[in-house]
Amino acid sequence: MLSIDFRQIGIIAGKEFWDRIRNRWVLAVAVVFTVFALVIAYFGAAQQGAVGFRSIDVTIASLVSLVIYLIPLIALILGFDAIVGERERGSLDLLLTLPITRKELILGKYAGLAGALAFSTIAGFGAVGLILSPQLNLNALFHYAGFMGSAILLGFAFLSIAVMLSVFAADRTRASGLAIGTWFFFVLVFDLLLLGALVVTAGDYGGAIFPYLLLANPADVFRVLNVFSLDEVRTLYGLATVFPEALSNPATLGGVMLAWIVGPLAVAIWRFER
Amino acid sequence: MASNIVEARGATKDFGTVQAVKGVDLTIAAGELFGLIGHNGAGKSTLFKMMLGLITITSGDILLDGEKVNGPRFRETRRKIGYLPENVVLYDNLTGIETLYFFADLKAVPRKDCPALLEKVGLSHAASRRVREYSKGMRQRLGFAQALLGTPRLLFLDEPTTGLDPGAIRDFYRILRELRDEGVTMVLTSHILAEIQERVDRLAIMEGGLIRATGTVQDLREGMNLPLTLEIAGGAGLAEQVTRVLQGIAIESIEEAGSILHIRLSRDSKMPALARLATLGDTMRDLHVREPSLEDVFFGYRN
Repeated sequence: MLSIDFRQIGIIAGKEFWDRIRNRWVLAVAVVFTVFALVIAYFGAAQQGAVGFRSIDVTIASLVSLVIYLIPLIALILGFDAIVGERERGSLDLLLTLPITRKELILGKYAGLAGALAFSTIAGFGAVGLILSPQLNLNALFHYAGFMGSAILLGFAFLSIAVMLSVFAADRTRASGLAIGTWFFFVLVFDLLLLGALVVTAGDYGGAIFPYLLLANPADVFRVLNVFSLDEVRTLYGLATVFPEALSNPATLGGVMLAWIVGPLAVAIWRFER
Repeated sequence: MASNIVEARGATKDFGTVQAVKGVDLTIAAGELFGLIGHNGAGKSTLFKMMLGLITITSGDILLDGEKVNGPRFRETRRKIGYLPENVVLYDNLTGIETLYFFADLKAVPRKDCPALLEKVGLSHAASRRVREYSKGMRQRLGFAQALLGTPRLLFLDEPTTGLDPGAIRDFYRILRELRDEGVTMVLTSHILAEIQERVDRLAIMEGGLIRATGTVQDLREGMNLPLTLEIAGGAGLAEQVTRVLQGIAIESIEEAGSILHIRLSRDSKMPALARLATLGDTMRDLHVREPSLEDVFFGYRN
C-alpha cells in the first residue's frame, strides 16, 4: 500500500482544470446552461398558454428535466478520454514513470474535471439564479441552491462512470461509444424498462421494490431528490404518491448519490492498478 | 549507489500463454551508454517497460540502483529516472515551457531549471509556442528535455532519434556524450543499427524474448566470427596477382566489382593475407578492411 501524495493529485487536477478554462470548455458549458435555463424559466409553461416566470417550484421541475438530459451527457463527454486519451497519445507511460501512483493520477484527473464541471454548473445556473433572484424569497433561493448542488452531484456521478469507462476501454473510439451507450441506457432506456416491467407484471410482483430500483440510476436519484423537496411539484408527479417515505429522505438520497460517485471511481482505481 | 545501476535477474513476462520476455539476465554498469537492439516483437519494448515498472513482472527481479522500481521507495527511485517514450505526443494545448513546468512539478524539480533545459535541446526560440505548432523533431527534443528534468542518474530512451534530421541526431549524441561524462547511465533502443554501433559502449541483441548476446560491438563481431572483407583497388591484372599471392590462405570468395576487388575471408586469415598483399607493392593503389557491420552481426544472431 503506497501513501497518497496530495500535491501530486493537485498538480494533475490543476492541469486538467486549467486546460478546460483555457480551451473555453467551462465558458461554453456555462453559457449553454444559462441560455437553456433562461428559456425554460420563461417559456417552460408555454404549453399551458402562458409565458414568463411562474413559480420557483415549476421552474425547478422544468430545469430538472433539462439537467437530466444535459449534465450526464456533458459529464460523460468530459471524462471518457481521461485515461484512454493519455494512453493513445503515449503520454500515459511517461506519466507512470514519474513519482506518482496510478491512484493519484486518477484522483487528480477526476478532481480537475469535476472542478471544471462544478464551476460551469455554478456559473451557468448561478447566473440564472441571480437573474431570477428579485422574484425569489429565501425559501425559494434555498430550493434553487439545493437544485444546483444536486445537479453538481449528478455531474460528479456520471463523470465517475466516464472515468471508469476510460480505464476499461481499449481505445478512444470504444470509450466514446461506451459513454454514449451509458447515456442512452441511464437517461432514455432505464425508465422505459422499469415502466415496461411494471406494466407487464401489472404491478402484481415486486411492486414494492420498484422505487428501490430507481436508486440504481443516478439520474433517477437526482429526479427524486429534487421532486421531493418541492411540495407543489410532488403532486404533479404520480410517482411521488407511491414513493416510500424512507427513500424520500434527502440524506438517504444524497448518500446513494455519493455511492454513485465513489463506486465507479473505486472500480476505476482498482482496475487501473492491476 | 550500486555499481550496477540496472540489474535484471531471470526477468520474465507472460501475456496469457505468450512469453514475451523469457528469463532475461542483464546488468548495466553505472555510467554506461547501453544499446538494446532487436526487431519488432523481439521483446525489447516489453523489457524496457518492465525495467521502468510500467508492466508487472511475471517472475524474476529487476533492480534500478538497487531498488525495485515499484517498491516502497518508488518515489525516490523514480526521481532518478528520465524516460523518453517512443513517438510520444505531448500536450498540444500547452506551450513548450508549460509542458516542462508540468513535468517539473510532478518530479518536484524547481521550475527555474526549465529554460536551461530548453536551451540545451535547442528549443529556446519556441518556448512560448504551443506544442501543436511543433514539428516532429521539435516534439522529440521537447520530450528529451522532459527526460532530463531533475538531472536523472539513469535515462531510458526509446528510439530517441526518430524524426530527427542528421544535424539534430549529431547534437543529440553530443548531449548524450556530455551526460556520460557527468556519470549518467543511458539505455537506448534503436532500429538504426549503423547509428548506434559507433556510439554505444555496450549493447545487447534481443531475439524471441531472450538476450542472445551482450558486449561491445567488437566483442560481438569477434564472438560471431563473421567474415570480413578486404577491398583492394589497383590496375590491370590485379585479380590474377592477388589470387597468386593469396595461394594457400583460406578465402571465402573473391569478387571483382569495377576496379575494386572484394575478398571475403575469416578473421583468422586477415593478418597472413595482409602480409602477403604487402609484397604486391605498386600494383595495389588502395586497401580497405571492412569489418562486419552491426547488421551482419545482428542477422548472424537471428539466423
